Amino acid sequence: MSKKQSGSHRSESVLVTDPDLPPVAVDPQRAEAEERRWTPLKIALWIGIALLGGVAWTVLAVVRGETVNAIWFVFAAVCTYLIAYRFYSKFIERSLLKPDDRRATPAEYRADGKDYAATDRRVLFGHHFAAIAGAGPLVGPVLAAQMGYLPGTVWIIVGVIFAGAVQDYLVLFFSMRRGGRSLGQMAREELGVIGGTAALIATLTIMIIIVAILALVVVNALGESPWGVFSVSMTIPIALFMGVYLRYLRPGRVTEVSLIGFALLLLAIIGGGWIAETAWGTDLFTLDRITIAWGIIIYGFIAAVLPVWLLLAPRDYLSTFMKIGTILMLAVAIIITRPEIDVPAVTEFASSGKGPVVAGTLFPFLFVTIACGALSGFHALIASGTTPKMLEKERQTRFIGYGGMLMESFVAIMALVAALSIDRGIYFAMNSSGAATGGTIEGAVAFVNGLGLTGVNLAPDTLSTLATNVGEESIVSRTGGAPTLAVGIAQIMQGVFGGAGMMAFWYHFAIMFEALFILTAVDAGTRVARFMLQDSIGNVVPRFRDTSWRTGAWICTAIMVAGWGAILIMGVTDPLGGINTLFPLFGIANQLLAAIALAVCMAICAKRGLFRVLWIPALPLAFAAVVTITASFLKIFSSVPAIGYWAQHTAFRDALDAGEESFGTAKTVEAMEAVVRNTFIQGTLSIVFVVLSIIVIASAILATIKAYRNGGGAQTEDEPVASRLFAPSGLMATSAEKELQKQWAAVEPGKRPARTGH
Amino acid sequence: MTVPEVLHRARATARELAWIFKGVMGENAYQTYLDHHERTHTEGGPMTEREFWRDKTDRQEANPEGRCC
Repeated sequence: MSKKQSGSHRSESVLVTDPDLPPVAVDPQRAEAEERRWTPLKIALWIGIALLGGVAWTVLAVVRGETVNAIWFVFAAVCTYLIAYRFYSKFIERSLLKPDDRRATPAEYRADGKDYAATDRRVLFGHHFAAIAGAGPLVGPVLAAQMGYLPGTVWIIVGVIFAGAVQDYLVLFFSMRRGGRSLGQMAREELGVIGGTAALIATLTIMIIIVAILALVVVNALGESPWGVFSVSMTIPIALFMGVYLRYLRPGRVTEVSLIGFALLLLAIIGGGWIAETAWGTDLFTLDRITIAWGIIIYGFIAAVLPVWLLLAPRDYLSTFMKIGTILMLAVAIIITRPEIDVPAVTEFASSGKGPVVAGTLFPFLFVTIACGALSGFHALIASGTTPKMLEKERQTRFIGYGGMLMESFVAIMALVAALSIDRGIYFAMNSSGAATGGTIEGAVAFVNGLGLTGVNLAPDTLSTLATNVGEESIVSRTGGAPTLAVGIAQIMQGVFGGAGMMAFWYHFAIMFEALFILTAVDAGTRVARFMLQDSIGNVVPRFRDTSWRTGAWICTAIMVAGWGAILIMGVTDPLGGINTLFPLFGIANQLLAAIALAVCMAICAKRGLFRVLWIPALPLAFAAVVTITASFLKIFSSVPAIGYWAQHTAFRDALDAGEESFGTAKTVEAMEAVVRNTFIQGTLSIVFVVLSIIVIASAILATIKAYRNGGGAQTEDEPVASRLFAPSGLMATSAEKELQKQWAAVEPGKRPARTGH
Repeated sequence: MTVPEVLHRARATARELAWIFKGVMGENAYQTYLDHHERTHTEGGPMTEREFWRDKTDRQEANPEGRCC
C-alpha cells in the first residue's frame, strides 16, 4: 500500500497547474455536488426513462402476443443504455478508474499535431465508433435470430453493459495512462513473458480466423449474383480514383471526395441492376463462390502491399461515410416503419441445439454467435491503438469508450430487428446450408416445412417472388447473414423510400455497404497482422523488424494472406455448409480475445490495489472465460457430430475406412476427404485458441493473486504531467463545465495552450 | 428569443455540426497540424497541405490502424 500512497503523493505535487490559466478540471467537489443534486425535473426524467424501459422489457419478455412491434426493441435498448451509462459507467469511473483531468493525456504531453493530437470529444467519438463498428454486429445477431428474439436481445443489451462496454472503457483508459500502448505491450508488461507471448500468438491467429470468416461472408453474399459482383468490384476503381484525386488533384478535400465516391457508388449499384439484366453482363459477372474467394485472396494481397494512399485510405473514408449515413438512416427507417415481428420469443432451437443456421444450444453458443455488439475482443486493439492518442481529457474516456460501445450495441439491435422482420420461412430458407436445402426452391421448401416450426408454411412462389424483387437469381441458402440482413433492410427501407420497386436497389445497397466494411477490415487486418508477424519474426531474424524492407513485407503479407485464404477456401468448399461450421470459431476467437483483454485489465486493477471493485473486470472475464472455454470444449470433445469437430472428423474417417462412398451431406469420396481435412484444421484451431487463452487467463489470475498478497504491484503508468487545457467530459457540457469554458474563452489566444478549436 | 436570435443560433449549430462531421471524416487533420505547429513555434515552416497529406498516408503505411469486424 505504501507504494501506492507515495504514488498519489507524487502526482499531487506534480499536478500543480499554471496559476495564470483558468482551472483545467472541474472542482471535484463541485462536480460531485452537481451529480448528487436531484432536482424534481431530473428525478422525473429518470423515472420516465426507467418506466419506459420497464414497459418495453415487459412487452418483450412477459407479454405473449401474436406479434411484437419493433419499436419496443428500440425503447428497451435505448432506455437501458441511458441508465447504464448514467449509473454503471459513472460507478466505474468513480470507484475503479478515477480519471483526473489535472493530468495531461498523451495527446497533450506528446502532442505532435499528427498521431498525437487532442481531438474534440464528439469528433473522436465518431472516429472511434467508425473504427470499432463494422460488419460483425450486423451478422451475428442475424444468425442468432433462429433462437427467437429474446435471447439475442437480452445478451446484446445486458452483455454490452457489463462486458463489452466495460472492456472498451477499461482498455482505453489504461492504454491512455500508458501513452497509448497496445494491448500486446500491456499484456507483456502485466503478465510477464509467457502470458505476453501467448497473448501475442493468440491475437495473431485470431486475426487470421476473423479475416477469413468475414471474407467468407462476402463470398456467400456475392456468389452467383452478377449484380452484387459488379457493384462491389466497382468499389475498387472508385477507391483508386478517390486516392488519385486526394493525392494529386485536391489533397485534403476528404468530405468532397467522399461525396463524389458515394455518388459513384450509387451509380455502381444502379448500373449493376442494368448489367445483371443483359446477357453479356450475366455471363461476365456470374461467378461461382470458389472464383470469388480466389478473387478476394488475390485482392487481399495486392491491397495490403499497394501504397496506403491509393486504395486503403480512400476506401476507409468511403466506408466511414457509408457507416455513419446508413446507420442513421436505418434507425430512422425502423422508427418510421415500426415493423411487426412474429418470431417467437424463444424457439425450440435454443434448447434442442439443432438449429440449421448454427448448431448448438443457447448456452454457450448464443454468446459466441453474437460477439460484436455485446462483447468484442477486437475492440481492445482499437481502444489501445489510435483512440487513446487523441483523447483530450482523461474523463472523456467514459463517453468515448463506454458510450462508443453502447452505440455499436444499438447497431446490433437494429440488425436483429431487421432480421426478425422478415418471414420466418424465408429466414430459414436463406440461412440453412446448401447441404440441407440442395440449393433449390423445392429443396428449401421441403427442408424448411420439415423443420416442424409452428406457424411456418413456406410456399415455393414466396421464395421466387422475393428473389425477383431483390434482383437475384435465387435466395435459397444465401448463408452468412449478410443477404438476410440485406433483405430485412430492403423491406424496411422500401417502406420509407420507393416502395416495392426499390427493393432490389436497397438489397444491393445493403450488400454493398457490408462488403465495403468487410473489405476494409480484410486489408487493414492483413496489414496489422503482417506488422505483428514481422515484429515476431524480428525476434529471430532482426532484418524483419525493418518494416520498410520490401521483401520482408511481401513475405509476411503472403504468409498472412495464405493463412486466411486457406481457411476461406476451406469454408467455401466445405461439404457441410461452411458458415455454420466456421462461424462459432469466429465468435469463440473474438470472445477469447476479449477474455485476454479483460484479464490484462484485471491484473492492472489488482496492481493498483483496487480489490473491492475488482469484480468490475472480473465478472465479464469470468463469463467470457466460461462461455468460450465451454464452447471450445464442446467443439473439441462433443460426441454430437454437428457440434464437435473431432466427432465429425472421426465419423467421416470411419466411413472412409469402411469404404463408403457417400456420408451425410458429402456425396463423394473427395467431399468426405475434405470434411476429414476441414474438421482436423477447425479442431486444431479450437485447441490452439483455448490453450493460449487459458495460459493468458491463468497468468492474469496469478498476477492478481500476487498483487493481492503484496497489497498492490508495480505501477506501469507513465509519469503524471500537469495538463494545460480544458474540455468538457461528456456529450453536453455541464453547468460547471460551461463556466470553465467561458473562462478559457476569455484567455487571450496567445496564452491559450493546445486545444483544437474552430 | 427573437427571430434573428433563433436564426443565429440555428446557423451556429449547423456550422458546429458540419465541423464535427468534417472532423469525423478526418478532414480537419491539416488544420490541427497547423495549429500545433503555430503553438509550438517549431523551427522551420510547416509542411504544405500537399506535403502533409502525403506524410499522413506514409505514416499510415508504417503504422496500420486496425479496422474492426
